[in-house]
Amino acid sequence: MKPFPRLFKIPLPDWRPFSWGDAVVFVSLGVLLYLGIRLGMGAPAVIKGPEVDLSPGVLPYYVSLSLGRMAAAYLLSLVFSLAYGYLAANRPRAEKIMLPLLDVLQSVPILSFLPVVLLSFSAFLSPPLATEAASIVLIFTSQAWNLTFAWYQSLTTLPRDLVEASTIFRLNPWLRFKTLELPFAALTLIWNSMMSWAGGWFFLMAAEIFTAGEKNYRLLGLGAYLQEAANQGNLTAVAWGLAALVGTIVALDQLIWRPLLAWGNRFTMSMVEDDYPPTSWFYDALRTSKILEGLRCRVLRPMGEALDFLMLRLFPPKDKLPQVEGRTPLGLYVLGGALLVVLLYQGYRGLNLILGVSLYQWGVILLGLLVTLLRVLAALIITLSWTLPLGVAIGTNPRLAAWLQPVVQVTASIPATALFPVVVLLVIGLPGGLNLAAVLLMLMGTQWYMLFNIIAGAAAIPRDLKFTTALLQLGFFERWRTLFLPALFPYMVTGALTASGGAWNASIVAEYLQFGGETLKVTGIGAVIAEATASGDYAVLLAATLSMIIAVATINRLVWRRLYQVAEERYRMD
Amino acid sequence: MPLKNGYLLELQKVSQIYFSGTRRFKVIQDFDLALSEGEFAALLGPTGCGKSTLLRIITGLQPPTSGRVLYRGEPLTGVNPKATIVFQTFALFPWLTVQENVEVALRSRGVPPGLRTARALDLLDRVGLDGFETAYPRELSGGMRQKVGFARAMAVEPELLCLDEPFSALDVLSAEALRGELLELWTSGHIPTKAILLVTHNIEEAVFLADRIVVMDKDPGRVILNMKVDLPHPRQRKDPKFLNLVDRVYMVLAGQTQPEHVELGTAPGEPGRTRALPHINIDDLAGLLEHLDSMPDNRADIYALAQELQINSDELLRLIETAELLGFATVAYGDISLSPLGETFAEASIRARKEIFANRIRRLPLFKWLLDLLRASDKKRMEWDVVQKALELEFHEEEAERQLDTAIDWGRYAELLAYDDTTQTLYLEPGPE
Repeated sequence: MKPFPRLFKIPLPDWRPFSWGDAVVFVSLGVLLYLGIRLGMGAPAVIKGPEVDLSPGVLPYYVSLSLGRMAAAYLLSLVFSLAYGYLAANRPRAEKIMLPLLDVLQSVPILSFLPVVLLSFSAFLSPPLATEAASIVLIFTSQAWNLTFAWYQSLTTLPRDLVEASTIFRLNPWLRFKTLELPFAALTLIWNSMMSWAGGWFFLMAAEIFTAGEKNYRLLGLGAYLQEAANQGNLTAVAWGLAALVGTIVALDQLIWRPLLAWGNRFTMSMVEDDYPPTSWFYDALRTSKILEGLRCRVLRPMGEALDFLMLRLFPPKDKLPQVEGRTPLGLYVLGGALLVVLLYQGYRGLNLILGVSLYQWGVILLGLLVTLLRVLAALIITLSWTLPLGVAIGTNPRLAAWLQPVVQVTASIPATALFPVVVLLVIGLPGGLNLAAVLLMLMGTQWYMLFNIIAGAAAIPRDLKFTTALLQLGFFERWRTLFLPALFPYMVTGALTASGGAWNASIVAEYLQFGGETLKVTGIGAVIAEATASGDYAVLLAATLSMIIAVATINRLVWRRLYQVAEERYRMD
Repeated sequence: MPLKNGYLLELQKVSQIYFSGTRRFKVIQDFDLALSEGEFAALLGPTGCGKSTLLRIITGLQPPTSGRVLYRGEPLTGVNPKATIVFQTFALFPWLTVQENVEVALRSRGVPPGLRTARALDLLDRVGLDGFETAYPRELSGGMRQKVGFARAMAVEPELLCLDEPFSALDVLSAEALRGELLELWTSGHIPTKAILLVTHNIEEAVFLADRIVVMDKDPGRVILNMKVDLPHPRQRKDPKFLNLVDRVYMVLAGQTQPEHVELGTAPGEPGRTRALPHINIDDLAGLLEHLDSMPDNRADIYALAQELQINSDELLRLIETAELLGFATVAYGDISLSPLGETFAEASIRARKEIFANRIRRLPLFKWLLDLLRASDKKRMEWDVVQKALELEFHEEEAERQLDTAIDWGRYAELLAYDDTTQTLYLEPGPE
């Protein structure tokens, strides 16, 4: 049984840590941030948030608001991913730009964009609309990249014989998409959608509760409800909110993800039957439904046929061999040149803004980065210390796994940001207060990636190796040293890669918050960014956000990727 | 439609060249082929002779570097709509049922649903898959999967049916049954197929099925024999005429042992061709030599060996090539005989075998070159990448990697070389040189 597949492999191209493409991408990101901030300068200084009602009766309404935002962002991500991945996989010229861009976007802490996005949207939209749009854009940015990457990777690893069969049997682009590309990618798209959705909750909750000084960007929804309840110390409301949150997540899991997984199992490339295929009671119920069967035969199938027919006429199969890409048309050069000019000009203006940041403030930013880094490391170490033994216990024991798996999965998908106000309520009185809460939030957001990966790794250890270590009567430490740690290393690195990304994201909401009418903050880059947003110090906001992005991307490249490469080359089991 | 020049398919001086940096590697050289209506031809050759590439060129999946492909006298400019392929790996969509897999070929031609279903069911019935329409490929055995492959190919009513080693992924019995069924379909004339082109490395299979056998050799891929098979169907494998033909093909493919300097070739970088090391398992080689040692006169008919040892002809030919290269055996007129050295090796202990092996491979120019390179280098060690780059002067990238892989394998067995996987470096095994 495979509890959690390795979602995707990070590509290991050449090992120059940075390339010219990256430089362009970073400058573009900087310019984008700068333009956002320029826009944001016109934003009203005071934004009044909506009144949050704490009576349990409003919860269904709030839940549907939150779900609506998630669904809108997810649809947007899916469409974007399909288009972007398709282009990158089929146009070698586009691939050269699109892939590094994707690579950077995947590794920057997207949540650091939150303040800038909120500011710029509220400059030209009225408050509820601005925050709604900003939250959807933000969730989109958290969901799209891994989906895109999974889709791109599927498209570039299509089995050669199936591609050739599709060409020989003259499938047109539509039929190819329908019978080859989409089914081949289906399983990883489903898994990555689950990941994206979980990541989306984290961002949505952050977006729903974000306030900075006089600017109250809160949105009506589950996140705001929980925060308000914790703020007022209303424990009954906290309980109601938590129940609604857990209920929503369990319902989504049971009614959407499990059926999807059960259904998606048909798309495995494996030519042997699965011993433990994923099951879902809801899917079984749907499958035996007479109404749905009728709908499928009478409506969906004829519609599909009509669509096939239409597509066949619109895009007839090409008998000509695919031509090698010709010369770049002149127009593309002109467009590229124009873009570059705009980029350089705006980059220059952005640089001017940043140059206004005083040396002292740079010091604050640097200190913030260091302190947040320490917090991230602390969270990682704590995570490893408990997920390693538990993950191995679950992974090596199928009975335990079957029992614990669903529990762990549901717990894991509860967004840490939603619980954060509650955590603050609980630990604020303890020594270390907010510092403790910040590390806890990072932990809650990241430990699950690690746990899943370790479970998967432990489950993948061949039985004969375990028997061998038992037969050799290796001691406890010896067994960990020779078997478990090396075998788990690739999985730990993959887990840590994702986990550290999550932890950096968490710093934005964890280090600075309004609680019970007070502003609480600790030293850290997240606090610097939030504070700059509150005080309207745009130069510092730009400088801090950019610093954070570059720092995290650098750490990713220099540390995690390198470890990942070592892991892939030396400690892989298959 | 009348044929303009009498041939359904014609290949004129087709060459395929791979470019790697400034180097060019000829995969196929000046390949000519003419296929008439009603012909069943087999393309036979060792792995790596480019026969699968040729199949892709013939169906238009890939254009040749030079030369022309004519179909009914017209040059082919893209995928040939009149041709289809049955794949070695079946190439069935795992998420479609058997019936849907067959229908996919018709769907893309715009055949309406009713007609599509009827045709698919009829074809499945004909290949004997009645009752399996709703099964998924993973529920079927290999033989049944390939039947779906045949049904799908038949569905588009191809004039030219190309078979890319269709039986080599099947177990012996299923392959035999399927061969019989294919012949029945073909000889009965119930299918609109005008010609069949079978690509295979199985000599017996080619003689059993085809009317004409085109034998290819590798480095570069070229025709070395074009032979008619004038035996009536069904052919008997024990028939002396049949065995005679099989023997002839083996004789051509195994060749004759050449004088040593010709066999060995030259070192990489020197003028002349470097002899590529055959990719074999050393234990298999020892097994072959032991088997020969147990034969009367220490000799055997090569085609008979294939049957006795139950290995495919391709693998056997590679082992024989290695034995020749190392001076353990000689080949003449389709027979292999053990040399005195080979006899000594076969009867020696493990230690002694390693010594003999080491002595022999030191004579191979590629090995000599590699050992000299290591001796001359700093600290007697070199990185894999450096050696591979040097080998790429002689072989294309993939082959260079395989050559180095084999060289390390042999060198380790002979205890001449060592390789550290973590640092990816080769070094000389310390010891008396």
